[in-house]
Amino acid sequence: MESEQLFHRGYYRNSYNSITSASSDEELLDGAGVIMDFQTSEDDNLLDGDAAVGTHYTMTNGGSINSSTHLLDLLDEPIPGVGTYDDFHTIDWVREKCKDRERHRRINSKKKESAWEMTKSLYDAWSGWLVVTLTGLASGALAGLIDIAADWMTDLKEGICLSALWYNHEQCCWGSNETTFEERDKCPEWKTWAELIIGQAEGPGSYIMNYIMYIFWALSFAFLAVSLVKVFAPYACGSGIPEIKTILSGFIIRGYLGKWTLMIKTITLVLAVASGLSLGKEGPLVHVACCCGNIFSYLFPKYSTNEAKKREVLSAASAAGVSVAFGAPIGGVLFSLEEVSYYFPLKTLWRSFFAALVAAFVLRSINPFGNSRLVLFYVEYHTPWYLFELFPFILLGVFGGLWGAFFIRANIAWCRRRKSTKFGKYPVLEVIIVAAITAVIAFPNPYTRLNTSELIKELFTDCGPLESSSLCDYRNDMNASKIVDDIPDRPAGLGVYSAIWQLCLALIFKIIMTVFTFGIKVPSGLFIPSMAIGAIAGRIVGIAVEQLAYYHHDWFIFKEWCEVGADCITPGLYAMVGAAACLGGVTRMTVSLVVIVFELTGGLEYIVPLMAAVMTSKWVGDAFGREGIYEAHIRLNGYPFLDAKEEFTHTTLAADVMRPRRNDPPLAVLTQDNMTVDDIENMINETSYNGFPVIMSKESQRLVGFALRRDLTIAIESARKKQEGIVGSSRVCFAQHTPSLPAESPRPLKLRSILDMSPFTVTDHTPMEIVVDIFRKLGLRQCLVTHNGTVLGIITKKNIVEHLEQRKQHVEPLTPPWHYNKKRYPPSYGPDGKPRPRFNNVQLNLTDEEREETEEEVCLLNSTTL
Amino acid sequence: MAALWGGLFRLGSMLSLSCLALSVLLLVQLSDAAKNFEDVRCKCICPPYKDNSGHIYNKNISQKDCDCLHVVDPMPVLGPDVEAYCLRCECKYEERSSVTIKVTIIIYLSILGLLLLYMVYLTLVEPILKRRLFGHSQLIQSDDDVGDHQPFANAHDVLARSRSRANVLNKVEYAQQRWKLQVQEQRKSVFDRHVVLS
Repeated sequence: MESEQLFHRGYYRNSYNSITSASSDEELLDGAGVIMDFQTSEDDNLLDGDAAVGTHYTMTNGGSINSSTHLLDLLDEPIPGVGTYDDFHTIDWVREKCKDRERHRRINSKKKESAWEMTKSLYDAWSGWLVVTLTGLASGALAGLIDIAADWMTDLKEGICLSALWYNHEQCCWGSNETTFEERDKCPEWKTWAELIIGQAEGPGSYIMNYIMYIFWALSFAFLAVSLVKVFAPYACGSGIPEIKTILSGFIIRGYLGKWTLMIKTITLVLAVASGLSLGKEGPLVHVACCCGNIFSYLFPKYSTNEAKKREVLSAASAAGVSVAFGAPIGGVLFSLEEVSYYFPLKTLWRSFFAALVAAFVLRSINPFGNSRLVLFYVEYHTPWYLFELFPFILLGVFGGLWGAFFIRANIAWCRRRKSTKFGKYPVLEVIIVAAITAVIAFPNPYTRLNTSELIKELFTDCGPLESSSLCDYRNDMNASKIVDDIPDRPAGLGVYSAIWQLCLALIFKIIMTVFTFGIKVPSGLFIPSMAIGAIAGRIVGIAVEQLAYYHHDWFIFKEWCEVGADCITPGLYAMVGAAACLGGVTRMTVSLVVIVFELTGGLEYIVPLMAAVMTSKWVGDAFGREGIYEAHIRLNGYPFLDAKEEFTHTTLAADVMRPRRNDPPLAVLTQDNMTVDDIENMINETSYNGFPVIMSKESQRLVGFALRRDLTIAIESARKKQEGIVGSSRVCFAQHTPSLPAESPRPLKLRSILDMSPFTVTDHTPMEIVVDIFRKLGLRQCLVTHNGTVLGIITKKNIVEHLEQRKQHVEPLTPPWHYNKKRYPPSYGPDGKPRPRFNNVQLNLTDEEREETEEEVCLLNSTTL
Repeated sequence: MAALWGGLFRLGSMLSLSCLALSVLLLVQLSDAAKNFEDVRCKCICPPYKDNSGHIYNKNISQKDCDCLHVVDPMPVLGPDVEAYCLRCECKYEERSSVTIKVTIIIYLSILGLLLLYMVYLTLVEPILKRRLFGHSQLIQSDDDVGDHQPFANAHDVLARSRSRANVLNKVEYAQQRWKLQVQEQRKSVFDRHVVLS
């Protein structure tokens, strides 16, 4: 028993105290639980729903299920609630996978018994495909809704369609015959606000009126979005991808993928995009799709009861999310594989593929943009590229990498400021201010006034003879009667030069605003603003190269390809390459990004330029800091995320990392058959660890197994309710055979069913490299360290994350909030440094009620632990 | 009573959300069946040619007829030039579903409207009602939670009261209060303590 501790934190308030000291809160939850019948809320379950009240209803529930007092019956029955997790805890992948295999075996063995069982097993086998189908359907439909509504609301800022209020600008002028070649978006049905309010379509008065209305709408959309987020679902803010990455790696954030989060995120995403803030809807769509996946997985017991299986569905759902966000099904699957997923077996790959397919199909049949495409900025190029163009492409890659490194640094610094100073206390005000600044600066510049997706579309589109925008204002010679497709390089006209100026201003504006926008408390994605920045830079470079080639076609690099009158430079292609490079610099994705972009363009011939640019941008970005924006945010928030991409290069041993450290009190352990219920309850109350190794006896210290705190709590509470004769002095027995007891002693409590008989162990001389690998590959939650079969200590995932953090001292340490919490419970050792006698010095927490209330804040904070 | 409405609304909103996916899907089918005449167009963009300025032509026409010869009706050029002119025009056949757009916008606005009403109710109306109903003593008590003027601040109180009565109404109220507690919890961790999502 004299060794030490493991897992802390977590569990404080909503744990065991109700047994010894029913604080007011628990009392009422339990009391109400009797009325409420919590059967429903239990399958309401883990990722979603019930934050603080976790254990209690399962316990109450336990009391009402079956009041059999027969000891042996009880052992066969699984105790409800055992094997579930608390909020902000890490799951044990190995245990979950074992549970699933056992379940599968049980269903398989019953299969032959009856037709009903057969149907059940078939349903079980198909449920994986069913749940991804439903997820795909829902995320496609929601993406359609978001697209249509966001387009409409964006256009609401400038005017309204009087003939049919629900049409956006483009749809309003759909059938109009009065559009002209020069002013394609003008039609009598569409009224700007100035026309409606002061009756003028032209002139400074109408400009000012439109300006005011633009700011008004932007501010009101932003205000609505942030207040809805604040009142109904705070988890709906942000892009969601860092949290989803963490959840997929095996972390529980209750309510993060719930119904309210889904609804509020969908609704406010539209408002946020429409408010003209420098953000996109792509990242949040991944979150929306994951919410759909989580909600649908409740319909299927195979997924609702198993956290590891649920994460397979979430992987598929995130693929569906990207599939609808970019209209790139394959890119979505690769995104799930490369960026978000942690555990990605082949079966999940196929399911992700299918989910992406279904989602893309649904979105295509909704046809939100009226262009028979899944995204607004779909483009098709037919012109080839030439070898010398690789040089500007690589330059764009360098720009992308620099932008990525700058953005990550600046944004993280800003977010840390928000996190740690008072300034973070005013989320609504912050959003309003950012929206106001964005709107005021954005309106005068036509390129920033546009919806960002439309801006990207315009930049991607090549200048054919059909284009009339100022970006395509080249000096034409009218009499050249050539075929349309092959327009030679031409000298730029005045329009192009003024457009370049405006684009430069737009670039600076976007760069600054995006840094301050990402992380405000509305749903905000990063993909679209990054792509816009890259596209602007790319287009500028493209036009520059084009003009260079036109005026200096006798240079030897141009000589071969760019004769006079030949069409050799496509500025639109540069915009696309730039967009890919910037996105790559920020997210550090490679394969999936290239695939997403070439699915956007429908041309395979541009893969090499894209690859060159993306790879360069990754190299340049990595030179300034190895992590992408999502990892940086994970680190900023201190989530327990073990990145599989990082290498561990240090030479420490397991003994250096394990807890207890040298000066720490010894590990809290349970013995297999000579502790009483009271002893265990005390141990749970006094410590805050989430699990306890079980040893043979204090003398031998040999390992028997591992028992989790939550399981122990639930099992003891349910035994006290259901079994007669379980009192404080009952022996708790983890062993196979009950030890012989004196005749008058109360009957023992058998807890072998909750004991993990096969905990992972390493010896104290195992190199940390191997331990880290084991944790990553198997998804362990904890691992015991032994020496000659005796337990020395324990390593948890949190210890490893902490250790990696320490080793990375050269990288600026970010405060990991739940790593350095103080223990709340009185230590299990006396002031003289010796262990307190556990049997005599029983500290019941009966007098703790006031302290409970005052420390609510603290313990809630603490419960956000591994 | 007020809480009942809130609860009912909550249930309703959830139902509507789950129906949303299905309804949008159904809509697609519906709108396909009753394709509006105005929902297809063939749009030809013709660039400037000789002394003709550029022009956009727009016509409701079936997909197979969507070409320059059918759409450009008063042909601006004469016989021999028609071919050259038409070669430069780009014709695109497009279709949309106005029913889908209309219904989507209506669904979206109604959900948004309901949410806003509920939000206004929770933040402004409910605290006033509570004060009026429970009088002054309650007022002093609720002042104890210092500075917590956020909506739902009284969730604990109501939870405590609700266990004494047991009927359907209370079930709804209880569920609502439990949800409020969760949101309060989330709000604390996101906005006050900044442990997630900062």
